[in-house]
Amino acid sequence: MSENNNKYWRANVTLMLVLLSVWFFVSFVCGILIVDYLNQFRLFGYKLGFWFSQQGSIYCFVVLIFVYVWAANRLDRKYGVEEEE
Amino acid sequence: MSLQALTYLYVGLSFTLYISIAIWSRSASTKEFYVAGSHVSPLANGAATAADWMSAASFLSMAGIIAFEGADGARYLMGWTGGYVLLALLLAPYLRKFAKYTVPDFVGDRYYSQTARLVAVVCVIFISFTYVAGQMRGVGIVFSRFLEVDIDTGVLVGMAIVFFYAVLGGMKGITYTQVAQYCVLIFAYLVPAIYISLMLTGNPLPMLGFGSTMNDGSGVYLLDRLDSLTTELGMTAFTAGNKSTVDMFFITAALMAGTAGLPHVIVRFFTVPRVRDARISAGYALLFIALLYTTAPAVAAFARINIINSVEGMSYSVAPAWFSKWEDSGLIAWLDKNGDGKVQYRGGNALVPVKPQYLESRGLNGERLLANGGSLAPNELYIDRDIIVLAHPEITKLPNWIIALVAAGGLAAALSTAAGLLLVISTAVSHDLLKKTFMPHISERQELLFARIAAACAVAIAGLFGIYPVGFVAEVVAFAFGLAAASFFPVILLGIFSKRMNKEAAISGMIVGLTFTFSYIVYFKFISPEMNNAAHWWLGISPEGIGTLGMILNFAVSLLVCRFTPPPPLEVQQLVENIRIPKQL
Repeated sequence: MSENNNKYWRANVTLMLVLLSVWFFVSFVCGILIVDYLNQFRLFGYKLGFWFSQQGSIYCFVVLIFVYVWAANRLDRKYGVEEEE
Repeated sequence: MSLQALTYLYVGLSFTLYISIAIWSRSASTKEFYVAGSHVSPLANGAATAADWMSAASFLSMAGIIAFEGADGARYLMGWTGGYVLLALLLAPYLRKFAKYTVPDFVGDRYYSQTARLVAVVCVIFISFTYVAGQMRGVGIVFSRFLEVDIDTGVLVGMAIVFFYAVLGGMKGITYTQVAQYCVLIFAYLVPAIYISLMLTGNPLPMLGFGSTMNDGSGVYLLDRLDSLTTELGMTAFTAGNKSTVDMFFITAALMAGTAGLPHVIVRFFTVPRVRDARISAGYALLFIALLYTTAPAVAAFARINIINSVEGMSYSVAPAWFSKWEDSGLIAWLDKNGDGKVQYRGGNALVPVKPQYLESRGLNGERLLANGGSLAPNELYIDRDIIVLAHPEITKLPNWIIALVAAGGLAAALSTAAGLLLVISTAVSHDLLKKTFMPHISERQELLFARIAAACAVAIAGLFGIYPVGFVAEVVAFAFGLAAASFFPVILLGIFSKRMNKEAAISGMIVGLTFTFSYIVYFKFISPEMNNAAHWWLGISPEGIGTLGMILNFAVSLLVCRFTPPPPLEVQQLVENIRIPKQL
């Protein structure tokens, strides 16, 4: 594998790990592990932990994928590995 | 127009639409039959994936489960959406670059092994049949409740429709019908939810409505009202859960990894033209799914409040029409424990055993008498969770034109998922089993013919499952996710992210993961169901969540075996380098 492709792959894996840690935090941490602690805070009519587990985590998932699409396409161009039109 | 006439009208119109689309988009080649010629736009693929994914369970059952479980229902909400993040970031773009037709194709080529391919084929067929059986049953049930034909006739009509567009159209036909089915099902789900949200809270968006204050001038938040109602009646508070944190964690993880490993979902990403299209279409798919999944918990909270308000303390003699109708269909039962003629709706199960067993005769108030004994709890009411989505519009007295939508939506959800699964089964047989393994010399036309025959047989078998339901269908759904999480997810992931990963590691990993998960579920669900409780589970993990442990074992065994066996051949290492880079090398 060429040096450029190696760099591209490492940047891609880093991007992925950053986004996956957000994914883990909003669902497994906020929605499950510390849900009881968060439930003492409120977001309008929701207890905060309950909101994360039934609403917030899903919104974050959608945003995460679109952020990934944007960032991955940028990486493709930066390293010149994008597909031909 | 009467409710039934309206229901016939909607169902008739939607079926005409599906059939017209199928005729317009017939498949002429194996590439069109398997992956719609890889010409599907990302937006259309997103909608098709959403319909493919959201089954009768998502549409009909999920809100009902959350209505009764409250906070514990979050495992389905997060589990069945979070898997798309894994798909988008870890699998979809690379599998699209690989550019073949099926999941066993990837496993077979990446691990240069016919054994690995065959293990994958068996898993695909098992997982997909498990799933499709429930869909055909769902079709039959919707028909029998709303159109008053018997369940068997309903299943036959469903089979005929699926047969038509799956066998003729292949992936191309299925894709465009699924786009239409998504539109039908999301409309049918959102309209009643918006209506009920407006009635209860004055907020037109149900996702915000259930966090708003009640519309009755009290200024109390809806969820607080629900918590105090449930607590007063001796039930678990709606926003508190019963499940242990460990079990919630493992179940959610198994559902996420299982979602990402389900073959009928993965294969949808082979249908778009480019790698970047695969990425963005995962985003669209989750956006479309999230519309329903963020509405479902709102529907659940609304339904719970409406049911408590309308039945608790009610005299049976003045029960509303929906109550006796669902009692007649065997989904509601009332046992007048204290003989006051009123319904006491409290915490705990009302009956022993839990499911009602009706006698032929009627009681003093006109209720159906039961063979069950009463439990010690003061609760007198049994309500089947599956009626929530179906009955809620009637309970809140919505206009007929809205109630009639639900049937068309439920059918769209069940049919779209059934078709996607049947296609995966037929592809596994004609492509992976015949063309790639046993009959490599068949021509493209013969392969296409075999694909159509396999699809037809799969429809027939699925229909039989619908007409003669095996009692354990609901039990084995845990299998589908557990097995997908313990087999495909690790194997595909390592195949992309580790160049060193070889066939010995993949095969031993899959076998360990599968055997472990399979035995654990079989033991607790079939061999010793009386032991199926937290006291006997390993580490407090229920069979629903054991796929996560199976997956961890698979990873561990694979990485270990990999260290002591020779690396894969050079051309396989080049294949891995190639799928990592979007550009054609």
